[in-house]
Amino acid sequence: MTYTMWIILTASLVGLSCGLIGVYLILKKQAMMADAISHTVLLGIVSAYLVTQQMTGTAMLVGGILAGLLTAFLVQSLNNLKVQHDASLGIVFTTLFAIGVILISTSVGNVHLDVQHALMGEITFVPFATIDIPLIGAVPKATALLGLVLIVVIFFIIAFYKEWKITSFDPALAASIGIPVVFFHYLFMTLVSITTVASFDAVGAILVVAMLITPAAAAYLWTDKLVVMLFLSGGFGVLSAITGYWVATWLDTSISGSMAFATGCIFFISFIFSPKHGLISKWVRPAGVSEEQGI
Amino acid sequence: MAAAVISVDGLSASYQKNTVLHDVNFQVREGTITAIVGPNGAGKSTLIKTMLGLHPKLTGNVRFWDDAFKTAKKKIGYVPQRGSVDWDFPTDALDVVTMGLYGKIGWFRIPSKKHKEKAMQALKKMGMEAYAHRQISQLSGGQQQRVFLARALAQDAELYFMDEPLAGVDASTEKAIMAILKELKSRGKTVLVVHHDLQTVPEYFDHVLFLNKKVYAHGETEKVFTKDNIATTYGGDMQWVGKGDQYVIQSTSH
Ligand SMILES: Nc1ncnc2c1ncn2[C@@H]1O[C@H](COP(=O)(O)OP(=O)(O)OP(=O)(O)O)[C@@H](O)[C@H]1O
Ligand SMILES: [Mg+2]
Repeated sequence: MTYTMWIILTASLVGLSCGLIGVYLILKKQAMMADAISHTVLLGIVSAYLVTQQMTGTAMLVGGILAGLLTAFLVQSLNNLKVQHDASLGIVFTTLFAIGVILISTSVGNVHLDVQHALMGEITFVPFATIDIPLIGAVPKATALLGLVLIVVIFFIIAFYKEWKITSFDPALAASIGIPVVFFHYLFMTLVSITTVASFDAVGAILVVAMLITPAAAAYLWTDKLVVMLFLSGGFGVLSAITGYWVATWLDTSISGSMAFATGCIFFISFIFSPKHGLISKWVRPAGVSEEQGI
Repeated sequence: MAAAVISVDGLSASYQKNTVLHDVNFQVREGTITAIVGPNGAGKSTLIKTMLGLHPKLTGNVRFWDDAFKTAKKKIGYVPQRGSVDWDFPTDALDVVTMGLYGKIGWFRIPSKKHKEKAMQALKKMGMEAYAHRQISQLSGGQQQRVFLARALAQDAELYFMDEPLAGVDASTEKAIMAILKELKSRGKTVLVVHHDLQTVPEYFDHVLFLNKKVYAHGETEKVFTKDNIATTYGGDMQWVGKGDQYVIQSTSH
C-alpha cells in the first residue's frame, strides 16, 4: 500500500469507529461526555507511559480505559453529591486533563509525546511507525490499533444491540426488567475511551470530538431507524475522512482539521436538506403536518 | 383473604439529604387496583422507583409474593411517567412495545417473529395497530401513553406499576386505558396506579393509598376515600369548591 492509501485508510477507520460510537453518545445525550473523555484519556496515556516506560498500543488502551472509567465514575460521584451534571463534568475533565498536561511537560518531556501532538494529532506521521502482522505484513501501528478497536466496537454493538437500544431509550424500564444498566454505562464509556485512544495519533484529543459527535448528529436528522442511523453515521464519518484528506492535500493544510471541518459541512447540509427535521422541509411542509409533529 | 402481593415495611428514601419517603408501610392484596394519590412532589413516583429498586432505599423492606424484587421482577411490569423518555428516539411504536419483552428474550438474541407478533397483539389491544410503524415522535400524547400501556401488556406481568397513565389523555383514551385495567383486574392481576384526578378515584379504583412523604391512609376506597383523608394528605394546598353534591378539588400548588 502506498503512503497515501495508509493515511486514507487510517482516517476512514477513525471516521467509522467514531461514527458508530457517536450514535449512542447522541441518543444517550452524552455528547459532552465524549469531550470530557477525549481530554482525560491524555492523562491515561501519559500515566501508562510513565509506568511502562514505552508507548505500546496495549499500554495506551489500558491507560485510556482506566482514565475514561475514572472520568465517568468521578462525574457520577460529584453529581450524586449535588453538583450539577455539567459542572461535575467540567470540573472532573479539566482537572484530570491538567494533571496530564503537567505530567507531559515535566517528566515525559521530549520523549515521543508532546501537547501539540496529543491535542491536534499528526496523521501524516502515522505510516512511519509500523509493526509486522502475520499474513498482512507491515502495518502502521495506529492503523492496526484502529482496526482492532473497530472490531471490538462492532462486536459489542452487535452483541448487545437490544441492550444498547433499551438502556438509551428507557433506562428505567431496562433496569426494571433486569438489564444491568450501570454495567452497560461503564461498558459504553470503555468503548468511548478505546475509540478515543485509537484515534489520538490521527486526529488528536480535540478533533476526535468532532468525529464522534457531528456525523452522528447529522445522521440523526435523516432517519427514524436506529440501524439506518448507525450506517449513515459510520458512512458520514468515512466520507468526512476521505473528503477531508483530499481537501487538505489540495489546500496544503491540516488533514485532521479538514476532516473535522468536513463533518461540519455534512451536518450543515443535513440540517438544511434532511426530509424530517431539515429547514427546507419545515418551510415546505404544510402547516397541518408540522403541527401534528409538535406535540 | 387473598395473599399479599406487595408488602412494604418501614420504607424510607431520600434525594441527597432531602427525605421524600418516611416510614412507609402498606400491603396490597392480589387482584386489586390501587390508586396512589397525593400532591405534586409527594413522592409517588419515588415510591414506585424505590420499590422497583430504581432508586436506593434508606431503610425498610419491600417484598413481592414474599420474595425480594430480584426474584420477582419477571412478574412485574412498569409504566414510567410519559415524560421520562425521549420521544425523538429513532424507533417506532412496535419497537417500543417489543422492548417490554427484552427481559424474556435473553442475551445475544434479537426479537423473533413470535415476539413481534406478541407486541403487535398488545398494540391491537390498545387500538394502536395502525400506528405500529409510526415514528414515536409523530404520535400524540395520548397515543404515546397507549404505546406505553401496550408495552406493559406485552410484558404479561402479574403486577403492574403505572405512573400517571391518565395524565394528559383525552376521554376516549382514558376509557380505553381504564377498560384494560379492569380487564387486568378481572384476570387476577394486581395494579398500582399513580393518579391525579381525585374525582374519578371512586369510579376507577377499589383501593386508595394516600401518600405525602408518609402514608396518610390506605384501604378500600369506600372506607378511606373521605374528605378528611384528602384534606390531611393535601394539607393547606387544598381549596374546596362546592358544586351541587359533587365536589371539585383544586390544588393551589399548580
Ligand atoms: N432526581 C431527583 N433529585 C432530587 N430531588 C428529586 C428528584 N426526583 C424527585 N425529587 C424530589 O423528591 C420529591 C418527590 O418527587 P416525586 O417525583 O416522587 O413526586 P411525585 O409525587 O411523583 O410528584 P408528581 O405528582 O409531580 O409526579 C419532590 O420534592 C422532588 O422535588
Ligand atoms: Mg411523579
